[in-house]
Amino acid sequence: MLEIIDLHASIDNKVILNGINLKVNLGEVHAIMGPNGSGKSTLSNVIAGHDGYDIISGDICFAGESVLDLPPEKRAHLGLFLSFQYPVEIPGVTVSNFIRTALNEIRNAKGQEPLGAPEMLKSMREKMKILEMDKGFLSRSLNDGFSGGEKKRNEIFQMAMLEPKMAILDETDSGLDIDALRIVANGVNSLRSKDNTFVVITHYQRLLDYIVPDFVHVLFNGKIVKSGDKELAIELENRGYDWIKKEQQ
Amino acid sequence: MSEEDKIINEVTSSDYKYGFSTEIDSDTLSPGLDEEVVKKISHKKKEPEWMTNWRLDAFKIWKEMDEPDWGNVNYQKPDFQKISYYSAVKKKKLDSLDEVDPELLKTFEKLGISIDEQKRLSGVAMDIVVDSVSVATTFKETLNEKGIIFCSMSDAIQNHPELVKKHIGTVIPKTDNYYAALNSAVFTDGSFCYIPKGVKCPMELSTYFRINEAGTGQFERTLLIADKESYVSYLEGCTAPQRDENQLHAAVVELIALDDAEIKYSTVQNWFPGDANGKGGVYNFVTKRGMCENRAKISWTQVETGSAVTWKYPSCILKGDSSIGEFYSVALTNNFQQADTGTKMIHLGRNTKSTIISKGISAGNSHNSYRGLVRMGPRAKNARNFSQCDSLLMGDRCGAHTFPYIEVKNPTAKMEHEATTSKIGEDQIFYCQQRGLNPEAAIALIVNGYCKDVLNQLPMEFAVEAQKLLAISLEGSVG
Repeated sequence: MLEIIDLHASIDNKVILNGINLKVNLGEVHAIMGPNGSGKSTLSNVIAGHDGYDIISGDICFAGESVLDLPPEKRAHLGLFLSFQYPVEIPGVTVSNFIRTALNEIRNAKGQEPLGAPEMLKSMREKMKILEMDKGFLSRSLNDGFSGGEKKRNEIFQMAMLEPKMAILDETDSGLDIDALRIVANGVNSLRSKDNTFVVITHYQRLLDYIVPDFVHVLFNGKIVKSGDKELAIELENRGYDWIKKEQQ
Repeated sequence: MSEEDKIINEVTSSDYKYGFSTEIDSDTLSPGLDEEVVKKISHKKKEPEWMTNWRLDAFKIWKEMDEPDWGNVNYQKPDFQKISYYSAVKKKKLDSLDEVDPELLKTFEKLGISIDEQKRLSGVAMDIVVDSVSVATTFKETLNEKGIIFCSMSDAIQNHPELVKKHIGTVIPKTDNYYAALNSAVFTDGSFCYIPKGVKCPMELSTYFRINEAGTGQFERTLLIADKESYVSYLEGCTAPQRDENQLHAAVVELIALDDAEIKYSTVQNWFPGDANGKGGVYNFVTKRGMCENRAKISWTQVETGSAVTWKYPSCILKGDSSIGEFYSVALTNNFQQADTGTKMIHLGRNTKSTIISKGISAGNSHNSYRGLVRMGPRAKNARNFSQCDSLLMGDRCGAHTFPYIEVKNPTAKMEHEATTSKIGEDQIFYCQQRGLNPEAAIALIVNGYCKDVLNQLPMEFAVEAQKLLAISLEGSVG
């Protein structure tokens, strides 16, 4: 589904990604862990197509094609979704209007008819139930005045509605209390199938108790320095990142 | 140029989508203005003597006045001798739509406002003003049953002279300002509306204005009277053909809400704003004012996306006790457009209330000013005002300005003023893009969200049109 080949990227002439190699197949869940400043958020932004970064070399292939020349919306049309670490506020645009617009843009790009209002509402209600969200949520302005937890839940709600092929969850667990974490994780787990894939970016092992990954990668200084299974996450939790840092020196 | 600038540059340099002109034979006066021209206009319209004299009086006043220059706008002053003051579409007074000039119908089709559809679907009676003379008036019968008069100003002068004579110029006197005086002398047509006592007008009354004849100044005159305990919602929408030369539009709109009456007046204005280099475009210097008697309410809602220069302040005189004035405005400027717009809320009566919500959007090299006056007179006990003036900037070449004027002469009066300035963020656009929206769709969505408080005030079908207009005005790919 996703293949990143020897990717080097910089921002303001500062190199952040230093030769990333990563392959994610359909049906898999990958976790990317790493200390602050290791390039985790840069990696997710670059995959999503944020234009603030310069790609020095390497390639990102998604759904069988290189997406480096595609703008973010075209990548979204191919089925890529990014759950933002800091979702932005758009005052005056309701959650339902935003999701309807997004969903129909994606359907339109795929040559599908726009989804009618009744089906849309029905689908929204179902997903909201899974995420234990209040009905009033739909008519609130997007992320405007939302608590940290509400913003993250709203990201997962959008993911559930847009049904992407691949979702990158960028520190979705930060700012969530333990109940919200469980609800969000349940939401993700209910969407897991052999036809999609998740990349979970996190500092802590905590989230991985709920969303159990098939692979765990450690990102350090813009490079994946270690890969393993879920045991690696537990080891990191116990020993911290210092031993990785030392190993690298 | 950064990516954000590139996007903004692209979406803010879109061409005027509604730029086309209709070929209709016109009966046009040659350019120039003197007493004879004023008399000729009156004569052509077969007006009674009192009206001719009223015009001549206004012309005398106008000649003594100087053109105002206090606005935050720069423009080439119009040469009043180069304007033709009368242009009538030759075919007049039709019984059915079949008789309407097919060219004209085509024009409406292009604008997506086919009269048939409007009539059938939305129950809107349209008094269509093409170049100053009403071509078709519909739904008259339904309105007749309720005793509602909705006709062209010329008809009203002929058929309801007592109402016109009593009210015209009472809210906006001939002496009010330079352009109001000019309008009083040379106005050619416009709309007249009278809602009898206790009647709730069963449909939205709507007038589509168009400027059609090259070089024809438009001097519309609208007079709307809501008698005691009556209600009316009035829609005014404008689109104009693309022109190279500047066109002057100096309309006058007078609203009168008698005791316990309510008038809702909504405008969507989309006149040709000039091209991407600032060439051409309409000058929109309109005087709009309403008078509220006891417990009456006047609500102005405007969505302004067009014109090269917009200079207008729809205002309310809250004369009666417990009367209410409202002003909801979206003013969007792009390329080299300039807007200096806002409102005046004059609180004279006790317990009077007013609300002002103004949303300015500036893009390209445009300048957008909010200018508002809240005046509370000595008698205005417990008067209240709330004002909110927000500005949204796109790119770094445009300007937003706010000029609030506050005069409070009664110690019990209360007023609040809030103002914000923001920019569409790159992060907002990226977020929308990640969800599948292209940058243009993202900007349209963000801008519509920003304007929501005002758009919500518009009648449903008008709100949809206004949203489209905002999007069209900012999009690069449309057209």
